[in-house]
Amino acid sequence: MADLKKQIIAQLNLKNLEPDNIGDDQPLFNEGLGLDSIDALELIVLLQQDYKIKLTNAEEGQQVFRSVRTMAQYIMDHQPGSK
Amino acid sequence: MTDQQTFITSCCAITPRGAKKDGKWVLENKEGEGADLFLASVYQHLGVDYPKFYKMDHLCQLGFLSVELLLNGRQIASEYGPENVGFVFSNANSSLDADLRYFESVKNIPSPAQFVYTLPNIVIGELSIRHGCKGENAFFVSESFDVDLLWFYVQDLISRRRLQACICGWIDCLDDDFKALVYLVESRTSNTELPFDTERICKIYNES
Repeated sequence: MADLKKQIIAQLNLKNLEPDNIGDDQPLFNEGLGLDSIDALELIVLLQQDYKIKLTNAEEGQQVFRSVRTMAQYIMDHQPGSK
Repeated sequence: MTDQQTFITSCCAITPRGAKKDGKWVLENKEGEGADLFLASVYQHLGVDYPKFYKMDHLCQLGFLSVELLLNGRQIASEYGPENVGFVFSNANSSLDADLRYFESVKNIPSPAQFVYTLPNIVIGELSIRHGCKGENAFFVSESFDVDLLWFYVQDLISRRRLQACICGWIDCLDDDFKALVYLVESRTSNTELPFDTERICKIYNES
């Protein structure tokens, strides 16, 4: 998950944060990390660019991007060749 | 309302040479840092806590920092009322700096965060949110600083009582070539500040 945190920081240009500042279960949006709708789009780009995973269902996105842990789990479940 | 009641009460500039407020250096760029590093240095120097800064394009960062420096914590929207404070800017390169970065990203997977900044007036949106201003605003694009237009447009807004204060100037960047020159125009009864006229604006611009 540490690598994923680094990727999130780089993709979203969160220069004020270190990977350790992001809790594994900390909400990424709203009261958590405070990400916004543009950040959500950037996370979709991250999944597609770095993991070749296409996320097309917006409702699914809400679950996937709940925290770093849920995102990491989704990546593990959906990476090509994982099944 | 006449010209005599409109004044330039403060000005500041950010260029590759450094950041100045009312003609005095606040931070010199002695290391010759490029836009990315130097704008981050100014942000840190000002001690502002606004994490969204790092997500902005260079044009917005320039606008953000120059207005932070200009207002220096002053709550101008509270003083005059949000609808009475506006922004009027101009530049030569519009949002070309962000446009080119976005064009580069399109070659792979387009970046939504970069696309957001492919209009120059996004600067005004960022500043309006930051300072709570809801007055008239405009962002003109012209080859060079059109002092007559900038003076007339702002003076007209103030004369017609559409604004009581306006943050104006030139905010331009392309790669590591950047310049922000912003000044605060206020409608006041005091006459201790610089009068708002084209001669003063030219002087401030040329000294930045």
